[in-house]
Amino acid sequence: MFALADCNNFFVSCERVFNPGLNGCPVIVLSNNDGCAVSRSNEAKALGIKMGVPLYQIRDIVEKHNVAVFSSNFALYGDMSRRVHLTLRQLAPAIEIYSIDEAFLDLRGMERTDLDAFAKKASALCLKNTGIPVSIGVAPTKTLAKIASKTCKNRPELQGGYFLYKQEEIDRILPTVPVEDIWGIGRRFSKMLHSYGVKTAAGFIQLPPDWVQKQMSITGLRTWKELQGESCIDFSDHVPPKKQICISRSFAREITDYVKLSEQVSLFTAMVCEKLRRQHSAAYQVIVFVLTNRFKANVPQQYESRLITFPVASSSTLEINRAVLKELSFLFRKGYAYKKAGVILTGIIPGNAVQLSLYDTTDRLKHARLMQVMDQVNTRIGRGTLAMATESAEGIKMNRQHLSPQYTTRWSDIPVVKSSG
Amino acid sequence: MKLYLPSDEESTLPLVEGVKCGFPSPAEDFSDMRLNITEEIVKNPASTFYARVSGNSMINDGIGDGDILVVDKSVDPYDGCIAICYVDGEFTLKHVEKHEDHILLVPGNKKYQTIRITADNHFVIWGVVRYVIKKL
Repeated sequence: MFALADCNNFFVSCERVFNPGLNGCPVIVLSNNDGCAVSRSNEAKALGIKMGVPLYQIRDIVEKHNVAVFSSNFALYGDMSRRVHLTLRQLAPAIEIYSIDEAFLDLRGMERTDLDAFAKKASALCLKNTGIPVSIGVAPTKTLAKIASKTCKNRPELQGGYFLYKQEEIDRILPTVPVEDIWGIGRRFSKMLHSYGVKTAAGFIQLPPDWVQKQMSITGLRTWKELQGESCIDFSDHVPPKKQICISRSFAREITDYVKLSEQVSLFTAMVCEKLRRQHSAAYQVIVFVLTNRFKANVPQQYESRLITFPVASSSTLEINRAVLKELSFLFRKGYAYKKAGVILTGIIPGNAVQLSLYDTTDRLKHARLMQVMDQVNTRIGRGTLAMATESAEGIKMNRQHLSPQYTTRWSDIPVVKSSG
Repeated sequence: MKLYLPSDEESTLPLVEGVKCGFPSPAEDFSDMRLNITEEIVKNPASTFYARVSGNSMINDGIGDGDILVVDKSVDPYDGCIAICYVDGEFTLKHVEKHEDHILLVPGNKKYQTIRITADNHFVIWGVVRYVIKKL
């Protein structure tokens, strides 16, 4: 058996833990730069605020209904997520962290336990430990566990936990699940299925398996089998190293100055390389891209990227930054206002599998030692303590007008309790 | 004039444990046993939070302005416990006294008043205080 633990409206719930007065009120959390609503309380959803809608389009609703608005506070959400995972880890033999607000639990070997009671107890413990409401669905396959967890969200009487295994219950639920809500069926395939008149999970499993495999490959067939209780998607409690790592940001204010732009891009490079080293990898290729604001008419537009290939895979911030800045100088055009930029590392291989070149002139050992020291200092004292001279010293300029304090990760931000009344 | 390039060999010599001239330290086998204060005060890392006190209404309990509270949300509130409570829009620090049909929030300082909690209040016991860190 597998369980999926999914935090309800996670970012909003994190804000509510430190602001209990927001319970029962409409609350939204915005994406980076205060762009779009990315997390909504049930009250905000009921007001018709859709996922991903830009803030400027809902200003009227926000004002009229007194919706509480927050900038995203990832220091807080990351820490709260860690606390939920820590709690779950105490309950299950193995856990696979799927995203910041979702984790699968491997419950194989626990079939003799009352799993419905287990799910409800686990949900209650998460709430007690962290203040975060979590929906826990248990089922014979991961795909069904996802559906069970979603069922919990819509039915409060389940008390956050639901064991979905009886065939008649599965048969009752599948007709209510739209194909686009099935885990593993993307937008493209749900569109294709709709064109054949297949609208729900119940309709999907009626399709002949060879047709499913032909149209949707082996992954589609796996989903088809999983919905019928045959477990096909493996459980992995380790995160596979990423094949591509990207750091990109929109700027709070457009950048027209080359030095300012290169400072930001250097900072992105430093961050992306740090991520690369954290997973002990090296990269053959790096892509740097710049974007102007395409929503602004009558200004010159540019959306361009450049790919750099290294003869020897590298993880050195210095080496990669030098290449990135050289390409950026070719990309940059005077008189253009840049809204966004980013650095992407691809061609990623394990750090211990780097093939050296006969004509290599870089002292790799020296770079590796320097990077190691830099990472150690930056982890201990804080990111940016040791940085390249080309990096922006002010960090990324982001619009975060509605940012809450870092209640759990910064001493100066911990909650203040009144003891004077 | 002759220029010599300094060798960086010396600085790259790895530090090898165990190659020593003197008597091996008898403390070597115990080198992992250093004390970490967090282990003592944080029993449940998932549910432990810190908060700062503002005011002196709990001074008779030894809790004063500016002290740091170690709060464990996983601990069940017990009668008389010191807890961070949320009352009508504000966090406050009090003793929680359970009575049959109501709850009293009792300060540890005679200058302050006891708050009687009824069904009309928006009231939550946020977390029970386990330790107080204070600078002397």
